[in-house]
Amino acid sequence: MEQVDDRILLAHGSGGKLSHELVEKKFLPFLANPALNKLDDSAIFEASGRLAFTTDGYVVNPIFFPGGDIGKLSVCGTVNDLAMNGARPLYLSLSAIIEEGFLLSELEQIVQSIKKAAEEAEVNIIAGDTKVVNRGQADKLFITTSGVGIISPGVDISGANARAGDKVLLSGTIGDHGIAVMSQREGLRFSMTLESDCAPLNKLVAQMLEVSSRIHCLRDPTRGGLATTLSELARQSKVGIVVDEAKIPVKDEVKATCELLGLDPLYVANEGKVVAVADSADADKILARMRKNSYGRDAAIIGEVTNEHPGKVVMKTKLGPSRIVDMLSGELLPRIC
Amino acid sequence: MKFIDEYQDNKLARGLAYKIAKRSTTTIRLMEFCGGHTHAILRYGIRQLVPKTVEMRSGPGCPVCVTATADLDKAIALAHLPDVIITTFGDMIRVPGSYSSLQQAKAEGADVRIVYSTIDAVEIARANPRKSVIFIGIGFETTAPTIAASILKAQQDKIENFYVLSLNKLTPPVMKVLLDSGEIKLDGIVCPGHVSVIIGSHPYEFIPRDYRVACVISGFEPLDILLCIDKLVEQIEKGEPKVEIAYPRVVRPEGNIKAWQLTENVFEIGEANWRGIGIVPQSGLKVRGKYEQFDADKAFSVSPKPPREPKGCRCGDVIRGAAMPLECKLFRKVCTPESPVGPCMVSSEGACAAYYQYGPPENLQDF
Repeated sequence: MEQVDDRILLAHGSGGKLSHELVEKKFLPFLANPALNKLDDSAIFEASGRLAFTTDGYVVNPIFFPGGDIGKLSVCGTVNDLAMNGARPLYLSLSAIIEEGFLLSELEQIVQSIKKAAEEAEVNIIAGDTKVVNRGQADKLFITTSGVGIISPGVDISGANARAGDKVLLSGTIGDHGIAVMSQREGLRFSMTLESDCAPLNKLVAQMLEVSSRIHCLRDPTRGGLATTLSELARQSKVGIVVDEAKIPVKDEVKATCELLGLDPLYVANEGKVVAVADSADADKILARMRKNSYGRDAAIIGEVTNEHPGKVVMKTKLGPSRIVDMLSGELLPRIC
Repeated sequence: MKFIDEYQDNKLARGLAYKIAKRSTTTIRLMEFCGGHTHAILRYGIRQLVPKTVEMRSGPGCPVCVTATADLDKAIALAHLPDVIITTFGDMIRVPGSYSSLQQAKAEGADVRIVYSTIDAVEIARANPRKSVIFIGIGFETTAPTIAASILKAQQDKIENFYVLSLNKLTPPVMKVLLDSGEIKLDGIVCPGHVSVIIGSHPYEFIPRDYRVACVISGFEPLDILLCIDKLVEQIEKGEPKVEIAYPRVVRPEGNIKAWQLTENVFEIGEANWRGIGIVPQSGLKVRGKYEQFDADKAFSVSPKPPREPKGCRCGDVIRGAAMPLECKLFRKVCTPESPVGPCMVSSEGACAAYYQYGPPENLQDF
């Protein structure tokens, strides 16, 4: 019966026949790999060396947005978290909490984009889980992914490693993801061509590590935006950071939307950007390599690390004077007047 | 990018700053009325560009900040009524009232929703016919026409479960109160840009005439503000205060007549309660009798406990320009954007939030 098939029912989460069908028809055909196909209680894999392990929950609203969806995001986000410690992502687990009534066709679309993103990042999803909750107990679909990656010997990347004299590099334009998602929100919907920058950055990071062994920090400026990431690095490394506003690339669409809503692109989320802090002697080399990768095409050196004002980020504004850049507090809300 | 980059041009800004420095001989005090201006001034470092002879003070132009605690308590009490959906503009939900906030009420189960437009609030009412949808109408002359339009839309579409709690306020009357009080001496006012789009420049004419205070209407880009300061300094140096428009790309002397007619059709002028200032006659907008079915004040009766002002909070002084945010003992020590004591630290148009977020490096030791 078509009308029964096309939506998620509570029975899909019962653990019985429909649950198996859901996994076998909607997940396995797209995500198949030897470890997952066994459908054992846990996946078994070999690894040796220093491992990185991370987990993240994805609750984006709306779940489909220009340039991606919650599926792509849940793969890229975790892959990027691994890459930000210099790890090569190996395996992911994926757990989906689905609201009763969710369209199966939409679920399929999301699993397909999970597959695509995982293929691009060259990671396998080797463990998974699905749960169905009553209508209203979740908002359509929540996904949690965890990931394991391996760190090459000699690589030591941490938010605490920035040193005075280092350069700060940014892989491209800021605010694309946040504005693309916001443009689709209830009550705002405006049409534009801007797409989320959601992308797996592990290959870009690997290429950067190939050309330099003196990359000290890597971080993806997701929620809270570039401002929050820079503040985190300054605090963690107990150094000051000085950035030049004029060097920070921002797309016209993002600039215009931010002007309209009274937002600051520095605080708007990104899902496909990396901030790197590296020895100044290697900065140009790293920048040149980043620019050869399509995800680093607009990369720029935006500032440097200093011994002054430890824990604080100071930005030279476009007009010349300087001001503090603080972390985001609360939610980003449009202004009234 | 057109209409943005040219108003943020480094060379032009430095040229204007040089002009202001050359022109300015006496020490003067200016008030930027709008919170939007305060934010732009700090965000772009304009205070560092203008000479030391020009002192800038923030004014009461932050819609969230000037909302009286008692009015906020009323909104929170309304949120706790059964079958009520509160709709409001962004920042309002985070402002602490005497005992709670709309955000807190939401966490306790009240249905509180942020809308980007008043018409969205009408649509929520349409989609929830069994609920009463109350829009918390804050803001100045800028937002009033859109709130008026929402009432007219609800009437036209026969939506009978839509209400407005009108806390809207008017700018020229409160400027008069500040000038009459003589609490701080002002030489010039950076007049609100978007308010003036609606009301034009004429309503400020009493200011140079009766108080000899210069008035220049400004836009919100850094060059707009520098141009405005230049014109203010020029007027003050010449001793010829008047009302000028330095935001001609959107402000006409007569304002937006249609928008104001719409406002006057729905609202009448009455008293309003301003945080830090008190009840100011003829400074607020009340829903006219012919639209009383949409007036939340008439439709609902709540009696919140007597309002309580947070101890040590100087938001009232900051709103009047009588204190700078850094003069408040709570600033950054107790009161932060994460746990704000007063509204000026909450709102994206609040002066304390601007000083907190963009504090100039010379104040680094204070942070």
